[in-house]
Amino acid sequence: MLQDCLIAFLVGGLICAVGQVLIDYTKLTPARILTSYVVAGVLLSAVGIYPKLLDWAGGGASVPLTGFGNLLAQGVRDAVEEKGFLGVFTGGLTSAAGGLTAALVFGLLAAVCFHPKDK
Amino acid sequence: MANSIGQGIFQFTKPISIIGAAAITGEKEGEGPMSAYFDRICKDSYFGQTTWEQAEGALQQETVSLALEKAGLQPEQIDGILAGDLVNQCTSSSYGLRGLNLPFLGIYGACSTMSEGLLLASILTDSGAGSHFVAATSSHFSTAERQFRFPLSYGAQRTPTAQWTCTASGAAVLSAMPQAGAPRVTGGCIGFIRDLGVTDANHMGAAMAPAAADTYARWFQATGTKPNDYDAIVTGDLGIIGSELFCDLLMKQGYDAVNVHQDCGAKMFDPETQDTHAGGSGCGCAGSLLCGYFLKQLQHGTMRRILFAATGALLSPMLVQQGESIPSISHLVELQADM
Amino acid sequence: MRVSKELYQQMQEQTAPKTKSYYTIPVAFLVGGLICTLGELLLHFYRFLGSDKTAAAAFTSITLVGLSALLTGLGWYEKLAKHAGAGTLVPITGFANAVSCCAVESKSEGWILGVGAKIFTIAGPVIVYGTAASFVYGIIYYLFTLGQ
Repeated sequence: MLQDCLIAFLVGGLICAVGQVLIDYTKLTPARILTSYVVAGVLLSAVGIYPKLLDWAGGGASVPLTGFGNLLAQGVRDAVEEKGFLGVFTGGLTSAAGGLTAALVFGLLAAVCFHPKDK
Repeated sequence: MANSIGQGIFQFTKPISIIGAAAITGEKEGEGPMSAYFDRICKDSYFGQTTWEQAEGALQQETVSLALEKAGLQPEQIDGILAGDLVNQCTSSSYGLRGLNLPFLGIYGACSTMSEGLLLASILTDSGAGSHFVAATSSHFSTAERQFRFPLSYGAQRTPTAQWTCTASGAAVLSAMPQAGAPRVTGGCIGFIRDLGVTDANHMGAAMAPAAADTYARWFQATGTKPNDYDAIVTGDLGIIGSELFCDLLMKQGYDAVNVHQDCGAKMFDPETQDTHAGGSGCGCAGSLLCGYFLKQLQHGTMRRILFAATGALLSPMLVQQGESIPSISHLVELQADM
Repeated sequence: MRVSKELYQQMQEQTAPKTKSYYTIPVAFLVGGLICTLGELLLHFYRFLGSDKTAAAAFTSITLVGLSALLTGLGWYEKLAKHAGAGTLVPITGFANAVSCCAVESKSEGWILGVGAKIFTIAGPVIVYGTAASFVYGIIYYLFTLGQ
């Protein structure tokens, strides 16, 4: 397990460090970087790279937003195989539903519980 | 009456006295190097209100009330107030001041509002349209952050060129009746809109420096003066990087201002300990330092003749998203001690 | 004005402060790596509780999202992100931060047009283009499976 954690740390850290390079050396805004990461995740999953990385690096590949993109692509793949053409429409969001719903519900909860603070 | 001495440049034949001024800031500004000069430092960034926009309104109202009190005037004696801020449609001024019962003119000059207000108020006072006019402005870190950048708790890194919007307000009361010892407005220069192609909304100092340099060069040319004739050449919120660019630009036009130039944004915070990157910004930055610091120097005679030119970036988030570069403006007022 | 836009561009480059990449990149690596390690530990934990692989991954995401929303509400996530940069932006916790900060902040404009409408101000594009990309991929994949 220690080895798993080390690999997750290194791979995850590296994916984040690439993001920092984009922040420091390009004019990309955070929203653009996040969007690119998700789309990149879909692409890397489509060509078969990301699922392999996920098997090897676990949390290091699933926690960064590229993992979210991979999840969308994986969902579409499974759904198309199962339901045919309908899966093109239902696959992506179905697989991401857990994370999305959590973000929405916890976001709402945060709004209920907290008041905006000054910096 | 004022004499026109160039396009948009004038000098008053009869100086206009500033008989009262007030500066109130938030906690962070009150921890900076200029803290001793503010009338009040409020630790509650909500100023007793429930939203940030209401908070800024309350801050401005309190500042105007204090300035009237220091001038020894009742609201009924004020013939008009010229006020503006950064919140959409100038609402901190209009909502904040609605309770004061004053003839109100809302103005927008982004962070140049303090000098725009002072310029217009002095012309109005000089014209005989009334005997007392007030110029006021405010900004609040949280309202500006919400409107122009990100929500407060969003984890985005600020770039090294970014500036910190001050939670601060300044108000000055002008009178047609000269008062002994009171600082005087003796002239002014209306700025041109300038744009040297800066598109980075996190680099306002660079966007605004050309406007300030242009206004100063026009003033020096029209009056035949040079920077060293003044005790201070003040700019609004160019910040540390913008100040460097401003001095470079003026130097290219043949004016060396390095020794006399002071920038409110660069003076407001200690960048080492307060993590404010390129310095302070916002209408209230120049407003509170003029009303809190520079006017006091003129009153005490430690400065005798200064030029004050607040600087404004005339952008909106929508136009920045459309990829437009940022137009800027800077209006100048000449201020002198009463000798 | 005697200074052209091109000359001013050069002047800006001379005065521009250097990005402290020797600090920002290692910190992003460290913090991002640690968040991913936490994810890995959670994966093991949920597997230990008996979840299958997919369920464990989903529970891990949900836990991280919840944690991030809490830290955002307390105002701590932003304090960490100031130093960590992409280290807190890129993990799913950064996505959750984008959602919950908009939610908390727009409370003053009411629950429907404030919180409800503005909750996706920053995170919306991620979902829109992620879903669109998965759709395009789905079409291609579908055509590919037809051919088999």
